[in-house]
Amino acid sequence: MTRTTAEPGTRTVDESARTPEQHATARRSARRSRDRRHKLVFHLVTGALVVVVLYPAVWMLVSSFRPSAQIIGNVSIVPTEVTLDNFVAAFNGIGGVSFWTFFMNSTILAVGSVVGIALSSAVSAYALARIDFRGRRVWFGLMIATLLLPVHVIIIPQYIVFNNLGLVNTYWPLLIGKFLATEAFFVFLMVQFMRNLPRELDEAARIDGAGHLRIFGSIMLPLMKPALVTSSIFAFIWSWNDFLGPLLYLKDPNLYSLPIALRLYVDQTTGAANFGPQMATAVLALVPVLIFFIIFQRYIVEGVATQGLKG
Amino acid sequence: MTTVTQAVREREQGRDVQEPRAPRSRRRRAEDVAGYSFLLPWLLGFFLLTAGPMLASLYLSFTRYDLFNAPQWVGLDNFRELFSDPRYRDSVRVTTVFAVVGVPIKLAASLAVAMLLNAALGAKGFYRSAFYLPSLVGASVSIAIVWRAMFNDGGIVDQISQGVGGEAGGWIGDPTRTMPMFILLAVWQFGAPMVIFLAGLKQVPAELYEAASVDGAGPLRRFLSITLPMLSPVIFFNLLLETINAFQVFASAYIISNGTGGPANSTLFYTLYLYRRGFEDFEMGYASAMAWLLVLVVGAITFVFFKTSKSWVHYSGETR
Repeated sequence: MTRTTAEPGTRTVDESARTPEQHATARRSARRSRDRRHKLVFHLVTGALVVVVLYPAVWMLVSSFRPSAQIIGNVSIVPTEVTLDNFVAAFNGIGGVSFWTFFMNSTILAVGSVVGIALSSAVSAYALARIDFRGRRVWFGLMIATLLLPVHVIIIPQYIVFNNLGLVNTYWPLLIGKFLATEAFFVFLMVQFMRNLPRELDEAARIDGAGHLRIFGSIMLPLMKPALVTSSIFAFIWSWNDFLGPLLYLKDPNLYSLPIALRLYVDQTTGAANFGPQMATAVLALVPVLIFFIIFQRYIVEGVATQGLKG
Repeated sequence: MTTVTQAVREREQGRDVQEPRAPRSRRRRAEDVAGYSFLLPWLLGFFLLTAGPMLASLYLSFTRYDLFNAPQWVGLDNFRELFSDPRYRDSVRVTTVFAVVGVPIKLAASLAVAMLLNAALGAKGFYRSAFYLPSLVGASVSIAIVWRAMFNDGGIVDQISQGVGGEAGGWIGDPTRTMPMFILLAVWQFGAPMVIFLAGLKQVPAELYEAASVDGAGPLRRFLSITLPMLSPVIFFNLLLETINAFQVFASAYIISNGTGGPANSTLFYTLYLYRRGFEDFEMGYASAMAWLLVLVVGAITFVFFKTSKSWVHYSGETR
């Protein structure tokens, strides 16, 4: 790239002879207009793609404000007749159970998952990342092996055990695993994170006579905040959207979480008359996930980019 | 980036990040006690909720068990039945087609959009988030309900496809069009692999492209000779992850087909069939056999991926 080195003194008043500086300006403005064209094309193409990709989501939202009869086959996303009836019906719940019961159940399960996963994964990860004990490499290898294990191979015997213990129709089967670090992804994420923390920190604390409990509690945990936040967000969203677990273990509608309550909607409402409340409930079920996404966007997208966490 | 695959490789090569020190034996014993104490939650979970149940289901796969009467040993009967069960064959076919057709389309779409965004001229963060959103909600029951409504008879997809001269009718009731519908649902969630591709593209040194341009390489040549090889670890990671995920579709198949896997078994995904045999027909032995076959297949696919990866995945700075 050429740099104009014209000094202020050489600037000429004569318009017919252009200085190198003026040439550069002309070139720059030509480039700028080409850039602007490129930019326009880029935004047109990408913007069109965004419209296509987000269309189903927007259609869902708009449909939830439409009278039931106008939902199916209505391609437009411009609302012509706005009604709140669907949401009134949605909040009334289904099968005599109110929407807020389902919502609270989902919240209890999600919060329980977050607490369990954050605690158990952090403690277990500390052992694998920071303590030199015999067999550590074997356990770490086994933990990695469970990362790719399809859950379906364990649901049947797990169900049999929980059934024999009389724990079907309680939240125990859905939460106990979270407190025992069975979601290897989170353990792995935290091990990786801790390995990148400077080792001098715990060595210095050791010399000062601190044990592992102290090092973990007052040095590691505070430093692990980003990993804990990322894990908590994903733990919440995964639990919130979980369908198979609650489907297997929850039989009493009063205990249902939102996803399986929604299934009830699909089962019981075959007529087109009920598409409205169904859409409204589906929208409401996604609201917490969307709020999480808006607030923690950066953590979520970074978590996917660096750890390959699935949404 | 691609930390999981790296960790597995590390383990394969017998390397570990920290070399164990050799302190005095009393200190060692204290470390052992501390290590196992901290690892206790995971150890309990591993033995009680993962390894134990896996062994139990291995045993159950050789029995007939309905939850109420004691398991009855039947040898290889379950596995023999699997190979002659037409519904099982359907479920394998549905799942395989979904993985073999859907995953490459999804990855191609996500790579294309990632490359578009990598050249982003502003608002990259916004676009990235907008494209990622479907991945976050795509597997939820809410979206399955939306898909049902959209692809219903007379639904908006019906309207649009008639508008462009397609056949009338809903996709949900048409066994030949349910698979495209599920693949569209999967491709719609291209955002997660796209975000991973974007992170990988950022690592490709710009000098490589500049040097190639100076040498007269066109865009296609630069893509084939620089982008693809430099991205191969990320492609490998995405391919592995998406393939394994493709084998585990459940909620959307359950909701869209109303739990039946119909019409004509065209949405009878592997895990849906497993669920129906296990928890609707209470054939726990048969379902366990299905589960173990799935584990073996996923294990074999992972193994093959890792073995063949040596010939097409390039790790920069690798000294082998």
